[in-house]
Amino acid sequence: MRTFASFFEQITRMITEFAKQFVFTALILLGGLNFVAAQTDGHGEVNHNNHSNHDVQDTSHNSQDDGEHKEFVAKDFIIPHIADANEIHFFGDHHSGFSAPLPMIFYVEGKGFDLFMSSKFHSEDGSHDEHAVLTAVGPNTGTVYIKNPETGISSTKGESFYDISITKSVFGMMFIMALLVITLRSMARSYSKYPGQAPKGLTNVLEPLVLFVRDDIAVPIIGKSKADKFLPFLLTTFFFIVASNLLGLIPFIGGFNITGTVGVTIVLAFVVFFITTVNGNKNYWGHLFWPPGVPNLVKILVVPIEVFGMFLKPTVLMIRLTANMTAGHIIILSFVSLVFIFNQNYGAVAGFGMGIFSTLFMIFMYFLELLVAFLQAYVFTLLAAIYFADATQEAHH
Amino acid sequence: MELLSILFEVTTGHGLAALGAGAAAIGAGIGVGLIGKGALESMARQPESSDDLRANMILAAALVEGVALFGIIICLLVVLG
Repeated sequence: MRTFASFFEQITRMITEFAKQFVFTALILLGGLNFVAAQTDGHGEVNHNNHSNHDVQDTSHNSQDDGEHKEFVAKDFIIPHIADANEIHFFGDHHSGFSAPLPMIFYVEGKGFDLFMSSKFHSEDGSHDEHAVLTAVGPNTGTVYIKNPETGISSTKGESFYDISITKSVFGMMFIMALLVITLRSMARSYSKYPGQAPKGLTNVLEPLVLFVRDDIAVPIIGKSKADKFLPFLLTTFFFIVASNLLGLIPFIGGFNITGTVGVTIVLAFVVFFITTVNGNKNYWGHLFWPPGVPNLVKILVVPIEVFGMFLKPTVLMIRLTANMTAGHIIILSFVSLVFIFNQNYGAVAGFGMGIFSTLFMIFMYFLELLVAFLQAYVFTLLAAIYFADATQEAHH
Repeated sequence: MELLSILFEVTTGHGLAALGAGAAAIGAGIGVGLIGKGALESMARQPESSDDLRANMILAAALVEGVALFGIIICLLVVLG
């Protein structure tokens, strides 16, 4: 239990370290947000002037632009930020902003693979609208891919293809995997290199976390004799979730939302389900299909519920992680949106005031999210350990 | 009466989903509050079991929160779908 206390001490120390950097970040955010807000406002006016001056030419296009810049819809701002994407979008608008393209990989049945960068997608009429339908021709198969912001990617002739592109989340996961493999492997090596010595540097920071997973999650719940079997999975899951949660909290690097993507958590939950099912002993299955000590009539009622619960457990595991991380991102982005909404509806002064208010709240939310990042990894690992313990339970009747 | 008319105005369109999110928050608030109350009372009675209680408190709170998030996700689906 001592490690639990030291774990919180470690986090407190980390938070104080982060606090300095976050105040700095907040100052940048405050300045940046209001600059962007003011610019958006000015932009709209310029376009309006254009509209009245050059009324004859390009009226429809201009008025469309006018509407696009004036109307701020929070939904259209938030959803692309939390959804998976084919490029890493750093800052700015979609056409004038800065974003890094990611490789698109398609497999068309009977034709082969297509590999090109997502920057190849362009609109037919050359417009840079956010809602424009983009097309790209596959260099190998000649298939024309259509990227619709509303419905996703399809092909013109309705050919079936598999989309195995490296999206933002996939890229983030690869980065996390590389990071974890490099740091944790070198950590593990340093233990055999300097046996009996106190750990140094990063090893010193991460050792309490490893001990925490072992001594406070795996051993008390699964039992000392069986914990070693599940410890590698529990540690991997814990560090993967913590790292991806923290990556999602770093601003201006693309806003990764890895653990908030259903596809990622569904696989994590499926692996937990798979390990539970494979390791299930006769006590586990007995409790599921023939609960001991329950009257036969009640069994008719209990067994379907138990079997349903077997599938429900990993589903809840998945939804909890996804919803928690996505909710955190939505809350922070909502505070950003408030600045634009106030600026649009009540003028620049109200927007500036709201900027101060929401920046303070954003800092608060960042601290909360820092806690949630660790908490959700802890809860996921803890519940996975409980399910494993359930599957390997001894008879106690 | 005024409250009713405000409620009526809110419930047209996607407002009901917002009310649902509020209801989910109330449920989660009551649940997590009870867990915190129970844990604090037990910790005050038996300070030596604080660490054990804290871990179980977090677990129970996470379970309650999971149910509330179900509700919130459904509200989100209503608004976006």
